[in-house]
Amino acid sequence: MNRIGYFFLYLALIVVAMFQILPLIWLFIFSLKDNREIFAGSPFALPSEFRWENYVKVWDGGIGVYFFNSVWITVVAIILTVLFASMATFAITRMKWKLSGLVLGLFMIGLMIPIHSALIPLYSMFMGVGMIDNPWSIVLTYTAYNLPITMMILLGFYYTLPKEVEEAAIIDGCSIHRMFFRIILPMTTPVMATTVVINMIYNWNEFVFVNTFISSEKYKTLTVGIQNFIGQYMTDWGAIGATLIISVLPIIIAFIFFSNKVVEGISSSAVKG
Amino acid sequence: MSLSIFQNMGLNAMNKVMSNKLHIALYIAPALLLVSVLVFIPLILSGYYGLMDWDGIGAKTFIGLENYITGIQDSKFWDSALHSFLLAVFSTLSLAIYLAVSIILASKIKGADLLRKIYLIPMLLSSVAIAQLWIKVYNPSSGILNTFLRSIGIEEPPNWLADPTIVLFAIFIPILWQYAGFYILIYYAALKNIPESLIEAARIDGATPFQIATRIKLPLIKEVVSVTIVLAIVGSLKYFDLIYVMTAGGPNGASEVMASYMYKLAFNSYNFGYGSAIGFLLLIITMIVTVIVRKLTATKERIEY
Repeated sequence: MNRIGYFFLYLALIVVAMFQILPLIWLFIFSLKDNREIFAGSPFALPSEFRWENYVKVWDGGIGVYFFNSVWITVVAIILTVLFASMATFAITRMKWKLSGLVLGLFMIGLMIPIHSALIPLYSMFMGVGMIDNPWSIVLTYTAYNLPITMMILLGFYYTLPKEVEEAAIIDGCSIHRMFFRIILPMTTPVMATTVVINMIYNWNEFVFVNTFISSEKYKTLTVGIQNFIGQYMTDWGAIGATLIISVLPIIIAFIFFSNKVVEGISSSAVKG
Repeated sequence: MSLSIFQNMGLNAMNKVMSNKLHIALYIAPALLLVSVLVFIPLILSGYYGLMDWDGIGAKTFIGLENYITGIQDSKFWDSALHSFLLAVFSTLSLAIYLAVSIILASKIKGADLLRKIYLIPMLLSSVAIAQLWIKVYNPSSGILNTFLRSIGIEEPPNWLADPTIVLFAIFIPILWQYAGFYILIYYAALKNIPESLIEAARIDGATPFQIATRIKLPLIKEVVSVTIVLAIVGSLKYFDLIYVMTAGGPNGASEVMASYMYKLAFNSYNFGYGSAIGFLLLIITMIVTVIVRKLTATKERIEY
């Protein structure tokens, strides 16, 4: 292709990139301004002075608590999901039993269902066992709803594990648990990393379960917390911008360090479906 | 000889360990239990609660199919279904844009890897953050959109989220923004899988880049395209977070979708019985649409190359 042709192709790609990135740059810029400057000045002008105090203000005003809740709920749910999904995938792909295909099918149906259809019964179940407004209801729900996608990402890798590894371990007198935790799990580290990143994105961003099951401020995660918080600061754009930046920052940082894992996870979670 | 006996012993021992019922149960149980109790039982219960008159706190009264009949005659429900359906149509049409961008991106562009990662960034953010950001973008006086429109001479740009005639379209733009990177990623990966030799052969035969894109590349990734159509349509039927935060279905129901209608029935009006029935209808509609779209887009022969 000639040079002019390539120029226009690049131009098109860069316009798309601008569309994707400019709203976020604008958000970051206004998170460092005060209202006077936001309403009067040009939207992409740098702030006359960087008002980091917007960040301090919202962090001390309650965002810190939501942030901490998001962190621990996300981490605990990731550990449970990846552990249980690995065990189940191991049982389905490596062990010999008649119903394995059927059980796998059941998990895969879980990929299609709209979560909202299960919301009212879930609410009443948690109500029945006194787990409404209890963060563990969120941890368990995240684990259950992320198991199918996590297993789907793990499956391909487990199928390709060489049989000889298990054989050698068993001849050496290894128990099945020792074999799974000491040999198989470490071998799946690369694909586990992918599932960890995908689960992190899902859990960190989840909204509807927390919004439905949690009512105390002290248990709310960032997605629901910032909703209320922004209500309070309705007119202070700088504070709202700082809140949003804090809420997306961990994911952006994870993406900068693990972008290949994210790309891998997102494509493998979609195409095979 | 001794080696093969040794191997046999190993296989026997392995079969014994790997078909031990207790081991199997132990490894499958946590996942199966969680998914059964928290995913499948609630889905079934949703259909059952739909048969009840129930406010979520008091006793349930069995009323047969009344909620379902009300649902089928409820014009608000069908309005919300229409909005979900319109979003599905928009989403499917936008796949063409994503596909075009991907074809450009996959045609030996330097920096393609970095670009597709930039495209992906909005996909990583929570729908709540995206909704809050776009509420600001659409702000009638200080949002970047209307600031820009005024700067190019449009005196009275629309109030995007308050105008019932355009609100659904205004909501679709952030959806387009959010999912662009996701679909481009999938198409890009599929296009990169096409062997270079096929494209080279077509080029030698004198095919133009446009012909190569439409006659060779597109047919070869047909299967991936049909998967994305299913994802786009089914995904649209489930949209909730973004709309709930941006407009809460307003103004006056103009952006209500099935999931937000169901949510409000249950958790704002405490109509749990009727909400469950709508939730169950949502499940049935999603299942039916999934099957239909899969059938319609199924490629007859698997493509080998």
